Amino acid sequence: MSVSIRLPTVLRPHVGGQAVVEVGGATIGEVLTTLVAAHPGLSGQVISEDGQLNKFVNIYVNDDDVRYMEQLATPVSDGDEISILPAVAGGA
Amino acid sequence: MTRFGSVLDLIGNTPMVDASALSPNPSVSIWVKLEGRNPAGSVKDRVALSLVQAAEEEGRLVPGAPDQVLIEPSSGNTGIALAMVCRMRGYHLKVVLPTNVSIERRQLLEVFGAEIIESPGSEGSNGAVRLARELAEQHPEWIFLYQYANPANPAAHYRTTGPEIWADCPEVTHFVAGLGTSGTLLGVGRFLKEQNPDIKVWAIEPPTGEMVDGLRNLDDGYIPPIFAELGGAEILDRKTVVRPRESIEWTRRMTELGLFVGISSGAIMAGAIKCAKQIPEGESATIVTIACDDGWKYLSTGAWTDDIDEVVERATKVIYF
Repeated sequence: MSVSIRLPTVLRPHVGGQAVVEVGGATIGEVLTTLVAAHPGLSGQVISEDGQLNKFVNIYVNDDDVRYMEQLATPVSDGDEISILPAVAGGA
Repeated sequence: MTRFGSVLDLIGNTPMVDASALSPNPSVSIWVKLEGRNPAGSVKDRVALSLVQAAEEEGRLVPGAPDQVLIEPSSGNTGIALAMVCRMRGYHLKVVLPTNVSIERRQLLEVFGAEIIESPGSEGSNGAVRLARELAEQHPEWIFLYQYANPANPAAHYRTTGPEIWADCPEVTHFVAGLGTSGTLLGVGRFLKEQNPDIKVWAIEPPTGEMVDGLRNLDDGYIPPIFAELGGAEILDRKTVVRPRESIEWTRRMTELGLFVGISSGAIMAGAIKCAKQIPEGESATIVTIACDDGWKYLSTGAWTDDIDEVVERATKVIYF
C-alpha cells in the first residue's frame, strides 16, 4: 500500500527538498510514523511529543481534513493523496 | 418596507434562491443565501456592524468623538464593510491588506476613505493578521476590533444569519459555508444545531498552496482564537478543500441561474456539490449555502471570460476567500 504525501514548503528541507514523497501505511497514523522514521528532521513537527497532531498542522486525505474524519486512525487506500498544510487564517 | 432611515438598516434579511438545478443528486436540493445584497456588498456587513456596535456598547468607541483610529487585518470584505460603517460614524480606519487581492477590493476601501497598510502577499491572510497585531501592540491608542478573536463576529451570525436561514428554510439538513475567520460557521452552525442537532455543518477551505510560502515555520500557522474558544471542532462535521479550478468552474456554472457571485461563493458551491454527491441517492436532503458576495469585485480577474487555465493559474496567487 502506497500513498503520496505532499509537503508544504516549510517542511521540504527535512525531506531533501522533495515536494512529494511516497510512503506506505494503512492509516494516517501509520503513514506519518513511517514518514518521520524515514526523515527524522520531521520529528516533533507534524506529530507532537504526546502523539497528537500538531495543532498548527492540517492533514488532508484527498482534500478532506482528517480531524473531522477519524483523525490519526483515518484509513488510507492505495493511490490516496495526502497533503500536510500549515493551518492558516482565511477570511476576507 | 421600502423606506429606511439608514443604509445600516439594509444589512441582513438577505434572500435565498433555489439552485437545485445545479445539484448532481436529484434528491438533494440546494439553496443559496445571497449575501452580496448587503449594502457594502458582502456577508461581512453583518460582522462589521456587530463589531463596531459591541465596541460602542463597551465604550471603546464613541461616535462623534475626535481622533478615533481603528486597525483591522482583512483581505477585503471585512475591511470594506468596516470602512463603510466607520465613514458613517466618523472613525478613521486602517486596514492591513495583503498585496495580492483584487484591485477592486483596494478601490472600495479607498471609496470609503480607509487607509491601506500593505502586508506581504506571500504570507497570505496570516501575514495581515501578524502585522495588524504588531501595529496594535505598538499603538495601544488604536482600537483593534480583531475579527478573528472577537465574539461579536460569530454573534452577528448567531443573531441574524442563523435565524434567517431557519425561518426561510426549516427543512435544512446541511449547512455549507467557507472557513475564514470561522465566524459564519460558528454562529450559524451553533444556532442551527440548537434548533436541530441532526443538521450537518460543512466547512469549505480554499487551497493555501503558494499563498503560504512566506510562512517561516509551522508555528506561523494560525487558528482563529474564536474557533478554539467557541468549540469550533464540535460544530464542524466535515472540513474539505476546494481547488481553484473547481471554484472557477462553479463560479461560472452559477451564472446559468443568473447568479453572478464572487469566486469564494463558487468555491463554496463546489463544496455544496461535493456534499450533495455523498448523500445516498433517494435520501432527501436540503443544503443551505452562502454566496458571500457578488462578482463585481472580481471582474478584473477575468474569472468568467478568460481562458480557464490562465484564470486558475492567476487564482492560485490571489486571495479570493
